[in-house]
Amino acid sequence: MTDVREALFIARTTDGRTVRRPLSPHLQIYKPQMTMALSIMHRITGVALAVGALILASWLVAAASSDAAFDTVSMLLHSWIGKLALLGWTAALWFHFSTGIRHLFWDVGHGFELPQVQASARFVLIATAVLTLVTWFAGLLAL
Amino acid sequence: MSKSPTQTIMRSGLGRARGLGSAKTGAAHWFAERATGLALVPLTLWFIYSVLSLLGAPRAAVVAWGGHTVNATLLLALVLIMFHHMSMGLQVVMEDYIHSEKRRLVSVLLMKAVVGLFGLAATLAIIKLALVG
Repeated sequence: MTDVREALFIARTTDGRTVRRPLSPHLQIYKPQMTMALSIMHRITGVALAVGALILASWLVAAASSDAAFDTVSMLLHSWIGKLALLGWTAALWFHFSTGIRHLFWDVGHGFELPQVQASARFVLIATAVLTLVTWFAGLLAL
Repeated sequence: MSKSPTQTIMRSGLGRARGLGSAKTGAAHWFAERATGLALVPLTLWFIYSVLSLLGAPRAAVVAWGGHTVNATLLLALVLIMFHHMSMGLQVVMEDYIHSEKRRLVSVLLMKAVVGLFGLAATLAIIKLALVG
């Protein structure tokens, strides 16, 4: 026994034999599907956005501090690597935003049927692409 | 017929089930994640619009923008709710994937410290922009 939780796997059959409870099939058993890819991507984008939120906090602190601090943060964000990161965060934000709304619909009991789940998955991907492009076009126009 | 090892458990099914499973406080965490997520929908849209309107602007323009009470209020709401949302989300990710109890505890506490400090710094910066400029 390597983990105390293993103790919870001990069970008895109706005739009294002790058995190890069967483990439900895990990730490597299933054929990869769009729904599971979206699920893990929701987490990954969430973690990425958390890093972005720390940058946002730094930007606010710099804006409240001094011209020199603000120029440093601006310079970093306007460098090619900064722009690449911002593009990544824009896409991650719209993805997490869309899948988040999808989750909220599920939470109130809508969209559980398989065709609906697959349709909303496709919708999330399209929405992410469209919103990211619109945001960056608007940004390039504003500059 | 060979006899399997048999074990008599002198507890009722209910007695064995009690105390297992949920830690009893999960529902509040779960609900708060959804409530903050819902609040972040309009706040995010407003923030993206604001950032686009401030692109390439000098610091003075950002300070003037943050000096408006409405902007400062929405910024405060965004930062507080966002940092709460992400603190809860990161905690769940850590609890799911870090199996060692010691490392899990240290990671969650460290994450809460970093997220908390950055959230406080951002909050103070917004208040400073709103009051001092």
